[in-house]
Amino acid sequence: MTQVVERRVTGGSWLPFARRRAVRFLTSLWVLVTAAFLMIHLIPGDPAREALGMTASPDVVNARREALGLNDSLLTQYWHYLGDLFSGDLGTSLVSGTPVADLIGDRLPATLQLAVTAFLVVVVVAVPVGVVMAVLTRGGRRRGAELGFTSTSVVLAAIPEFLLAVGLVSLFGVALGWLPVAGRDAAGSSVLPVLALAIGPAAVLARIVRVELLSVLGNDFVRTARAKRLPARLVYVRHALPNALTATLTLGAMMLAGMVAGTVLVENVFAWPGLGSTIVGSIQQKDYPAVQGIVLVYGTGVLLVNLGVDMVLALLDPRSTIREA
Amino acid sequence: MSELRFERVSLQYGSLRAVDAVDLTVPAGQVVGLVGESGSGKSSLAAAAVGLVPPTAGRILLDGTDVQRLRRRDRGLQMVFQDPYSSLDPRMSIGGSIAEAMPRGVDKRAEVARLLELVNLDPGRAASLPARLSGGQRQRVALARALAGQPKVLIADEITSALDVSVQGAVLNLVRDLQRRLGLSMLFISHNLAVVRYVSDRIAVMRAGTIVEEGPAGQVLADPQHGYTRELLAAAPSRHTSLWEDAS
Amino acid sequence: MRALRTPVGLAAGLLLVLLALLAVFAPLLWGSRADAIDTDALQQGASAQHLLGTDALGRDIFYRVLVATRLTLGLALVATFVGVTAGLVLGSLPSVLPRWAGRLVTSAVNIAVAFPGLLLALFFAVIFGTGTVGAVLAIAFAITPSFARLTQTLTASVSGRDFIAAARVCGVGRFRLLVRHVLPNIAEPLVINATLAAGSALTAFAGLSFLGIGVQAPSYDWGRLLGEGLNRIYVSPAPALGPAVAVVLAGLAFNLFGEAAASAASHRQVVRQRSKPLHESTVEERDGEGVLTVRNLRVSFPGAAGWITPVRGVSFTVGQGEMIGVVGESGSGKSLTALAVSRLVEDPGVVTADRLEFAGKPVTETSPRELGTSLAMVFQDPMTTFNPTRRIGRQLAEVSEVHHGMSRKAAFERVVDRLRAVRIPSAAKRARQYPHEFSGGMRQRAMIAMGLMGEPRLVIADEPTTALDVTVQREVLRLLARVREERSAAVLLISHDITVVAQTCDRVLVMYAGRIVEELPTAELFTSARHPYTTALLAAVPDLETDRDAPLAVIPGRPPEPAEIGAGCPFAPRCPVADERCRNEEPELTEVEDGHRVACWRLVEGLPGLDDAMPDEKCRDGELRAGRVS
Repeated sequence: MTQVVERRVTGGSWLPFARRRAVRFLTSLWVLVTAAFLMIHLIPGDPAREALGMTASPDVVNARREALGLNDSLLTQYWHYLGDLFSGDLGTSLVSGTPVADLIGDRLPATLQLAVTAFLVVVVVAVPVGVVMAVLTRGGRRRGAELGFTSTSVVLAAIPEFLLAVGLVSLFGVALGWLPVAGRDAAGSSVLPVLALAIGPAAVLARIVRVELLSVLGNDFVRTARAKRLPARLVYVRHALPNALTATLTLGAMMLAGMVAGTVLVENVFAWPGLGSTIVGSIQQKDYPAVQGIVLVYGTGVLLVNLGVDMVLALLDPRSTIREA
Repeated sequence: MSELRFERVSLQYGSLRAVDAVDLTVPAGQVVGLVGESGSGKSSLAAAAVGLVPPTAGRILLDGTDVQRLRRRDRGLQMVFQDPYSSLDPRMSIGGSIAEAMPRGVDKRAEVARLLELVNLDPGRAASLPARLSGGQRQRVALARALAGQPKVLIADEITSALDVSVQGAVLNLVRDLQRRLGLSMLFISHNLAVVRYVSDRIAVMRAGTIVEEGPAGQVLADPQHGYTRELLAAAPSRHTSLWEDAS
Repeated sequence: MRALRTPVGLAAGLLLVLLALLAVFAPLLWGSRADAIDTDALQQGASAQHLLGTDALGRDIFYRVLVATRLTLGLALVATFVGVTAGLVLGSLPSVLPRWAGRLVTSAVNIAVAFPGLLLALFFAVIFGTGTVGAVLAIAFAITPSFARLTQTLTASVSGRDFIAAARVCGVGRFRLLVRHVLPNIAEPLVINATLAAGSALTAFAGLSFLGIGVQAPSYDWGRLLGEGLNRIYVSPAPALGPAVAVVLAGLAFNLFGEAAASAASHRQVVRQRSKPLHESTVEERDGEGVLTVRNLRVSFPGAAGWITPVRGVSFTVGQGEMIGVVGESGSGKSLTALAVSRLVEDPGVVTADRLEFAGKPVTETSPRELGTSLAMVFQDPMTTFNPTRRIGRQLAEVSEVHHGMSRKAAFERVVDRLRAVRIPSAAKRARQYPHEFSGGMRQRAMIAMGLMGEPRLVIADEPTTALDVTVQREVLRLLARVREERSAAVLLISHDITVVAQTCDRVLVMYAGRIVEELPTAELFTSARHPYTTALLAAVPDLETDRDAPLAVIPGRPPEPAEIGAGCPFAPRCPVADERCRNEEPELTEVEDGHRVACWRLVEGLPGLDDAMPDEKCRDGELRAGRVS
């Protein structure tokens, strides 16, 4: 079997990897688009009637059906839907009458600002904390510190972000009055939302980093590095950490995707004018084109995050390109 | 007593041809030892014989019948695996594992006891889980399970390489003893030439998916015809040759 | 239920019981009080009368929180149950379905699992509509993909094991295989993860209700109460904080219980630090000045029931340029001895020795630079001993960059030179490759080349050829022998294979149960070995001259675990000549001839009249007696 691996590698594993990964991305994207399209059709009963309520007259309902294109055959609708997507047309909001694309264009930057800042906070805090804890508690040292760290992180991770948000609001916004409780305009208004979004994932990531690093420290090649009598700093930073990052990133990607969704709740608590507060309103008002569009944006965001992480992984760990062949 | 015959058997995994048109016969009541290094395809050949992977080309015949046509239970082929720590279900009692392999209509309890006795284990331990047994004992259970299927041909794939040297001898003795008493035909696979030599009547040497040499054990060892067989013989650690002999 | 033995697990378990009791009894006890409308006390803050204040209709929020336990828990559990069941079915389908259908299911799950649960929940909330049923289904289907993935991964990991193949060979059908062999072996992690999933279903449900797309009025769960309270948080925080605390506590109870169960399942041992092991000085002082001098080396680890000592007083000397073999079965302490003398045993392991000197200096006083350049190590599994993320050349160059202060370029030149020295073809190109591009034998040679980056005075090779094919094994052994000749480095070769050692080394140390039981020149190994274990080992291993018609000699029983070693000779239970003294008193390693040391009472007793060859005879005798299937 070794020979096969060798052949595959010397023949360049990057190209097949990129091809495979691109195929997966496009398939997932297609599934996402199709799911968003089918969403309306899976709603039991008539979505137009659902949206307008029982009191609406048949004419109004029919006009709405026409506007949604529901009177065409399913395939025609699908075809139109794909065509519109390619030309950047996401349909028109039933509630406000504005194009969904404009709506998203308005709201997306606020959401991105929140998600990206929170992600950076998570990485900057969690990786060093996880590494330090792993080094301090390796081989069963400092049981007390380990217990304290693991229980704190479990507790922090178990608190859902919107409750954390409520807690932060009542403490820093209401009781202490240090920071604004809602909106995006005041200075420092993003501090609480970012904290609410980042604390849980940071706890989870720090734990993952620690566990992964500990398992890497038990590997033979770390023993080799120690047998070379490298300074401890080099053993950890050069040999252990890059190998721990592989698994960390894979799990981190899922977490980052979770944070994208977490913005929905946090935005609602802080009345943050992003996509998250919009989608909830749209679901309640049964504004299907808007929901469709926003689901697409979130979904694509998640897929892009995963794609990016896989690329980084391939760069960090050359073996990952031949795995999962 | 049955004869197992491989007729131009090939196995392909993706772009890798693990086994390439192999012809090999395990004569009735005899032990054929199959030696080769890792990746030579010997384990793939075993997996094909017991039906774990279908051969890409060629036929595997048991007394003239293509085994592909038989259901696994009716094949009369059983296998003992390399790692006794992995080949027994940790959640199933050893008696349960043995009974599972039996054909229908057998008094399972009595048969389990008989088989455990046959491999020199206390029949009272039928209810134990594998975790309570040592490596050598587990390999005996695996042997008993293989025998429970009432095989005509037994395939042993590296059955001693996961065992400690002080335990290996007992398992080898048992295998030889059982083979003679039950008149089993056997394909005995190992990378260790000394072990194969001790157990086998005939020896086949495999390299890169093909059999390069096959013949009576004494003849293959005393007068190897193929260069690779000579190389293997020279490389096998021996207490009477030095490291540098036969340096080519 | 091992989870309950830890304090955290116990607390979480009690909390779960409390929640269950509340869910059952709270609506019966306080249902009417929670629904009582009091128009005189609308939207009040916390007070002694209303602990968490009242809502817009003057209903008491504290009682509403207690009563809502039933709906909240019930919905979370139903959603978890539906989601877990669906995930379990979806995850085990691929192992029952035909291959193509299985692949389809797998890739569908793989795509779905990329999307976070909340997004899936929102998606399904659109389809099923806002409301209780919609939310239950939304959360259930949001759990499904990750659970299906988990089931698949666990199933795959079990399916790769031999017992599945063995059952297939026995003709066990796919369905029975799944039910009898696969599911029982993955049940534990599945249950643990279902507990964790219940925790997150609970909080997710609260989230949906909070957003107004979960439970609808007049029903109420904690999420809905929270959403109502949040609007007034500036005025009175209690109505929002009450339900929030309830959600957090319940979520924590599930999560902590799951975590405790998980760590109990992984058999993490709680190590009690006891007083460090004593070490007795019991070794004769025979001063041999060598590259490596070891006297009464002991290695101990803290175990569940006190200290375990796998290496129990090992003494030997490796002379300049000597090649010494250490032979023993797994668990004999040979590898640990190698790690201990090279100072690679990490905390919590404790190494003690009367003397442990490398090149005439105590190892503890030798600088990392000196150890790094003059003590080379070769480990067993060449597949794992190199860092997979760095190029081979960089890993070798490191030694010279760190210890000799060489520039990157100079170090790389030395790397290429050393790779050539171990006969790796096109060394410069190879140096730029990653470990996975090397074959096993080549990696092992690169490992030796790494040792040659400095000026090794001692190479410690721990089972360097066990993972290799015989033809490759010989090349690596020859390379070691050449290194020794050309650089006059001493070699300590550790192996389980007595024939390999016999072929390669000048002297052999036989280890059993953490001690050296015999030391003798390899030339005499097959003729004058005295310890019953050594002779039994020699007889038990077949080689190309073994008599095929006689049964192999066997050693009954198995080697003892370090914790099982008692007062007597550890080999006594398996020894054919053991007597009362052997079982009660452990013999010391004693010199019987020049360069030949044995630890055995039976031999020491027979020593004065060695010429009558009594003990030897007895040994052979015992061997024959043992030479039957045990």
